[in-house]
Amino acid sequence: MSELEIQASATGRGAGRSPTAARGRLGRMRVTFVELAAVLVAVLLLTAAIAPRLLAPGDPLAIDPLAAFGAPSWAHWFGTDESGRDVYTRVVYGARDSLLIGLTATLIGLGLGAVLGTIAGTLGAAVDFTVNRFLEVLFAFPGLLLALLFILVFGPGPGSAIVAVGLSTAPGYARIIRAQLLRVRSSAFVEAATVQGLGRGRILARHILPNTLAPLLVLGTLGIGQAIVWAAALSYLGLGAQPPAAEWGAMLSAGRTYITSAWWMSFFPGLFIVLTAVCATTLGRSIERRMRHA
Amino acid sequence: MSTKGSLAAGPNAAGPNPAVALRVRNLRVGFGDASADDAVRGVSFEVSVGECLAIVGESGSGKSVTARSILGLAGAGARVSADELSLAEESVLGLSETAWRRRRGRDVGLVLQDALASLDPLRPIVREIGDSLRLHTRLDSAERTRRVLEVLDAAGLSQPELYAGRRSGELSGGQRQRALIAAALALDPPLLVADEPTTALDVTVQAQVLDLLEQAQARGTAIVLISHDLAVVSRIADRIAVMHDGRIVETGTTAEVLQNPRHAETRRMLAAIPVDRPRGSRLAPAMDTRQTPRAGVSDRESAPVRPAVPATSAASTPEADSAALEAIGLAKTFRGPHGTVHHAVDNVSFRVPRGSTLGIVGESGSGKTTTARLVLALTAADAGEVRLLGEPWSVLPERDRRAMRPLVGAVYQDVLASFDPRLSVRELLRHAVAGAAPESPRSGRSWSSRSWSGRGGAALRNAGAARVAELLDSVGLAGALLDRRPADLSGGQRQRVGIARALASRPQVLICDEPVSALDVSVQAQVLDLLDELQRELKLSLLFISHDLGVIQHVSDQVAVMHDGRVVETGTATEVFTAPTHPYTQALLAAVPRLP
Amino acid sequence: MAEPLTIAARRGVRPRLRGLVRRIAGAVFVLWAVATVTFFAVRLIPGDPAEAILGGPGSQTSPEALAAVRAEYGLDQPLLVQYLQQLGRLATGDLGRSYALNMDVGPLVLSQLGGTLVLAVLSLAVAWLIALVLATWSTGRGRLAAQIGSGLEIVAAALPHFWLATTLIVVFSIWAGVLPPISTVDARGLVLPVVTLAIPLAGFLGQVMRESLTTALESPFVLSARARGESDRGVLWRHALRHAALPAISLSGWAFGSLISGAVVVETIFARPGLGRTLLNAVTVRDVPVVVGVVMVVALAYILMTIVTDLASALADPRPTEHGNGALS
Repeated sequence: MSELEIQASATGRGAGRSPTAARGRLGRMRVTFVELAAVLVAVLLLTAAIAPRLLAPGDPLAIDPLAAFGAPSWAHWFGTDESGRDVYTRVVYGARDSLLIGLTATLIGLGLGAVLGTIAGTLGAAVDFTVNRFLEVLFAFPGLLLALLFILVFGPGPGSAIVAVGLSTAPGYARIIRAQLLRVRSSAFVEAATVQGLGRGRILARHILPNTLAPLLVLGTLGIGQAIVWAAALSYLGLGAQPPAAEWGAMLSAGRTYITSAWWMSFFPGLFIVLTAVCATTLGRSIERRMRHA
Repeated sequence: MSTKGSLAAGPNAAGPNPAVALRVRNLRVGFGDASADDAVRGVSFEVSVGECLAIVGESGSGKSVTARSILGLAGAGARVSADELSLAEESVLGLSETAWRRRRGRDVGLVLQDALASLDPLRPIVREIGDSLRLHTRLDSAERTRRVLEVLDAAGLSQPELYAGRRSGELSGGQRQRALIAAALALDPPLLVADEPTTALDVTVQAQVLDLLEQAQARGTAIVLISHDLAVVSRIADRIAVMHDGRIVETGTTAEVLQNPRHAETRRMLAAIPVDRPRGSRLAPAMDTRQTPRAGVSDRESAPVRPAVPATSAASTPEADSAALEAIGLAKTFRGPHGTVHHAVDNVSFRVPRGSTLGIVGESGSGKTTTARLVLALTAADAGEVRLLGEPWSVLPERDRRAMRPLVGAVYQDVLASFDPRLSVRELLRHAVAGAAPESPRSGRSWSSRSWSGRGGAALRNAGAARVAELLDSVGLAGALLDRRPADLSGGQRQRVGIARALASRPQVLICDEPVSALDVSVQAQVLDLLDELQRELKLSLLFISHDLGVIQHVSDQVAVMHDGRVVETGTATEVFTAPTHPYTQALLAAVPRLP
Repeated sequence: MAEPLTIAARRGVRPRLRGLVRRIAGAVFVLWAVATVTFFAVRLIPGDPAEAILGGPGSQTSPEALAAVRAEYGLDQPLLVQYLQQLGRLATGDLGRSYALNMDVGPLVLSQLGGTLVLAVLSLAVAWLIALVLATWSTGRGRLAAQIGSGLEIVAAALPHFWLATTLIVVFSIWAGVLPPISTVDARGLVLPVVTLAIPLAGFLGQVMRESLTTALESPFVLSARARGESDRGVLWRHALRHAALPAISLSGWAFGSLISGAVVVETIFARPGLGRTLLNAVTVRDVPVVVGVVMVVALAYILMTIVTDLASALADPRPTEHGNGALS
């Protein structure tokens, strides 16, 4: 591509493969079918969380012993549970707690991770070394182990589960953010800013932090799904939200007893956990892709 | 047509015309949907046995796609059509993938540009080269190894058994490129397609690689040599085809094309070659450099040599004034992982007199980039110091040096990486103007930062906007680019933005580290012309670092030749390039590809 | 041929040895820190440990009994002494005594370790297999195949163990009746637990593999190989797969950790003896020494596994890394 062509295209008369065209293409980056579906699911889930009545007019706690253990039917799409409560209504109402738990846990994890990662990357070698050792120790409690230890100390319950999941995800976030920060810090544009005579603090505020924290949105979106799964796992094990609550993990836990006779009691809440996690991952990927090309 | 070719093909003329190794008629290659412009639009050429045809063009001309189509490797999404595509008079048009596989490597070999990436970094080269033999012969493993060693030896790797077990990452650039060529030649294919085989190599290695190709040609191999560099090509090509915009715009023998170029594109490319072009002469047509030439600039367009002070005067007149930039006994060592010590820069001294250009030239590993970093005070020197305008510079603590930083601008090779990816051109330049500290104490330097709305901010902001426009104009860019991100600009435009940023603080010294080595030759010419104009207008002192002797010769008043961390020769550009005294400089100059 | 290879190998021996020493030192540090963190975390638990030992705060216990228990478990000593005693015991492999089960933790954990290791290692292998097959099948076959492959991976990675396990039980045990819903000693009993653990992990590994496989297939060395006449399959097996495996290998340490935590759920659902179920029971009844013991053993296994994966990475990719292979980097 010749310089002349580019300059021509800069004034809007560009040839087919000029940067203008490229940028136009990216700006109008086509929304794929999968992305559309993910957005739709996200809207439905958020509606369920904010105004469940719109999607399920019934009462999630209304007991109807005569209709107990009903298989999925027109009246009860997802069947009924051991007290005759409508599983569909409970799943819709459960969205609020489940999403809230996932979101809060992610925010805790991301927040802690961002603080730790930033501290490690900016406050000098000694701090970096210490934080790194600390993270390494946390990594030696893989997955749910840290969460279980936390619950052992502070007792089970929804609050504990949220903090526990947040804590267990924090080291991973911290490591990613630190790596990103180091990458940005040693980048050519930070060096160029030094050459321009910018001070350390200004370079940090103007170049390093914005470029480091930009991926947080993506990380968070990708992380929500996993946080919901983990929190539900704790509920399922009886360490998080407790059964009467219409939280998806707790519903699954309650359905566990009747798995041979009423599979729908655990199948549908679980399906929604999967749906939420897939939706979050897809949206996160899509945001990532768009940010990279923006 | 080459006489060499017909000689080699003479005896075994069995087929209709087996002297033709490759014939391509009306080749068209497109990507994406049919509405998009084709990358290659009707290209025709033929290559005789033992002949070397060079296809020359700038990036985006379609030359690489043409090369790959010859092996049926244009890519998964490519639409390839042609009236004829034949290897040794056998049509290969529409061959099945299996049939192609049998021919690749045996009937035609491919050499790519970047040998580090073109050899599997996880496999020893003996395996990589042996693969051709494994795929096309029935040799057993021991015989293959023996043959690989022979091929490596023939490719000029002495003691091949020492290198055969290494991976591409464990070889030097030259060894790697030899191994890659050896892999392509392992089965002695009658046709070799070489896509930029010497690009990014040091000149001495470049010369060796060209020798190697020449030897293969002498043995009767037909070569299609793809390159952007007319000078490189002129050494071994029998004929040259110039490609532009997917078409061959000119074909002829090497002598014809170089001496009587008929097409404007060819003339433009020839004019842009800086080798042996005197200091101050323009390389590109004037209109390309600036869109809005001002009176001062257009004045000079007619004059081929700059009317200002003669190039050498700055150095020859002993100035009472101190040098713009002075390095005294700089040294920097790096420690390797196993306690090895590498003297990257060893006792390097030089002066850049005010208003003149010192060119530092050296091959990869010569320490020139470390020198640039020491001069920019990005790395602390182990010994020696750098003085700026007669003042201490490198010895200052960063806090004190910061106030002097605006005096020094820097232009980088990988200019895109030197821009904050979040910022548009406008923001980049505004930051640079703001960072350059209007000496107003009350608002400091941060007046442009969004959170700041101090007193007088608006006035300063207007001044800043005017300065940004002025900067953009001074590097010949249209204001329409202001809201683009550098990633969306062409290489030449990016480098102009880089220069504008470097000038934002009104520096007196400009450090240019390989500023044009990533650019096409015609764009390189425009950027070099621009730097030259700016230097005269703004009375800049330049430290210009490059591996390219032609570029250095063209831009420099004084030249320092670096080798293994030391300056082995200094002098005026004329002295160094016409009467080099150090054997290394002599070897370097001998290896520079020149137009005949 | 052999000579240059050994030279190349010898060049790497000394730093690799130094790296190993550093790794071991790092491992010891992490184990010490894990022991310290758990020791002090456990002290944060409200209530008297002696009461917990004797059956929780609700139970009627005499002061004499409490005193006896305190003396027996060393709880009457100053905190620092208790800490040092605990470290001393851990150093000799003594993990203490369970509050609830009235047996030593060491033998208890050892007896449960085997089952979990078998489960984790098998699941890791199966996950690798699924991920490899899926990534190689769906790469280089056009957009649709890539989207299907990538979609399957995203869904797989999102599957919670507990839901996958119950769904598999419903389908294969209750409806089809081909596999036991409860993990038995024979191989058939292992199928469902292993599949449950392997599928989500395969989703994660597959995503990483696909990305590196795609990058590898687009790199110039693949073009070079094709220009030599290499077939698609040859390109895949001789070149691309190895590159694709590298990041997945280095992820395997993490994967092993996630498998052990997944084992908590899976062992509970399939009523399979193992560390996970032991841990969950201990957390539920607050059997502190057992929790600490399991955590220590898991941490040790995790550290060993990361060392193994690092060695495997170094074997698969002999290129020198920028920051060496230090344990603490």
